[in-house]
Amino acid sequence: MSEPSPQFTPVTLITGFLGSGKTTLLQRLLREPALADTAVLINEFGEIGLDHHLLERIDETMVVLQSGCLCCTIRGELSTAIRELHSKRERGVVPAFRRLVIESSGLADPFPILSTVQADPVLRHHFRLGNVITTVDAVNGMSQLDAQPESVRQAAAADRLVLTKTDLAAADTVQTLVERLRRINPTAPIWRSAEEEVDATALLSSDANGAERWWPEHASPVPDSHAHHDRNRHDDDIRAVALSFAEPVDWAMFGVWLTMLLHRHGNEVLRVKGILNVADAQTPVAVHAVQHLVHPPRHLAAWPDADRQSCLVIIVKGLAPATVERSLRSFAMTMP
Amino acid sequence: MCGLCGVLGGSDHWTDAAARPGIFTRNTDPASRRRERMHRVAAANCILKHYRLTLADWQGSTFLLSTATGKTEIVDNLAHLWAAAERLLGRRCDPLDPDLIARLETGRE
Repeated sequence: MSEPSPQFTPVTLITGFLGSGKTTLLQRLLREPALADTAVLINEFGEIGLDHHLLERIDETMVVLQSGCLCCTIRGELSTAIRELHSKRERGVVPAFRRLVIESSGLADPFPILSTVQADPVLRHHFRLGNVITTVDAVNGMSQLDAQPESVRQAAAADRLVLTKTDLAAADTVQTLVERLRRINPTAPIWRSAEEEVDATALLSSDANGAERWWPEHASPVPDSHAHHDRNRHDDDIRAVALSFAEPVDWAMFGVWLTMLLHRHGNEVLRVKGILNVADAQTPVAVHAVQHLVHPPRHLAAWPDADRQSCLVIIVKGLAPATVERSLRSFAMTMP
Repeated sequence: MCGLCGVLGGSDHWTDAAARPGIFTRNTDPASRRRERMHRVAAANCILKHYRLTLADWQGSTFLLSTATGKTEIVDNLAHLWAAAERLLGRRCDPLDPDLIARLETGRE
């Protein structure tokens, strides 16, 4: 550990429905050199901590959370567990890890976990949110998305989607699932873990919020869900609103609009992601929110290309995309 | 804290991150921070006037939200603003409200 710990340790969340291959993915990732110096927190659901025993890398930087589902009952415990890890690291009791990975329970809504890291008065000064990686089972993914609202939220919150068991599923099943995931979350790159080499660096790279990579590649295919309903009879009531603005955005007014939207409809706004051309700023500003949780906006180093348009993707559940767009544009027109 | 302008280090709500590099940097350029704050108040008031509410800065550290009859609440940042506005009004403040959108589009109050 020659390098000092980073000022803010990135926290990566691996989520995904029960049996979707979170632990397998974690096992694979932990073998990669990019994940050296990684502490792992595992959430246990049920009485037997099976996941714990399946993991190869169990050392003193691993804490097993035993009290049930991560999203509802042990936010305090999660906070305590991370604080404890931080304390041990500072005291030199455990190696100076440079990254923390949390594997959540399959039944957990990722939002409370993210908000614990960002809102805890101690953690927020030492840790920052990294990527949310969501595993989706190619065989059972469709039925889980139908039956389990948590799995939809997990997919919508993802910065990276990893499709597992693609070798066991029929090609058209996989294709339908990919289309549906694209509809739920058009901004997250999708990996097929059975066929593709999972690049740990890309999966964990902390620039997921930077939007440089996803925007040019993934912005255009935001599918119109109505165009797909013949092929896909499932209706998640989830719509992606893709907006672009030629005029610079007034940051204050954007803040007024988004705080108002999240206050009233935070549970229905699954995700906001975008690059804004903010008035008076030379470089683009990346915004990123999951439900009520807004990440600190980041100034990117430069525009990815000559296009200076603001681009925003908002994933909503049960809200009319046209109304969301009209609302934002009407606020933007109302400049002080 | 600057004794003259009363600006503390600044809160770290995301809406306070202004359009300049070094967001959330504290104790730099208090005049700019103050200016940004005033702009934020002006932006909020453009919307709040449709509810007959006004927002005012208080000493660069907090905001006062008032009704036309003077009923007032203190709010820390924009996120708290809307909960306070709804308490004062006794009804919802919804940015997707078609009536509000129509008012904003036509500029009428």
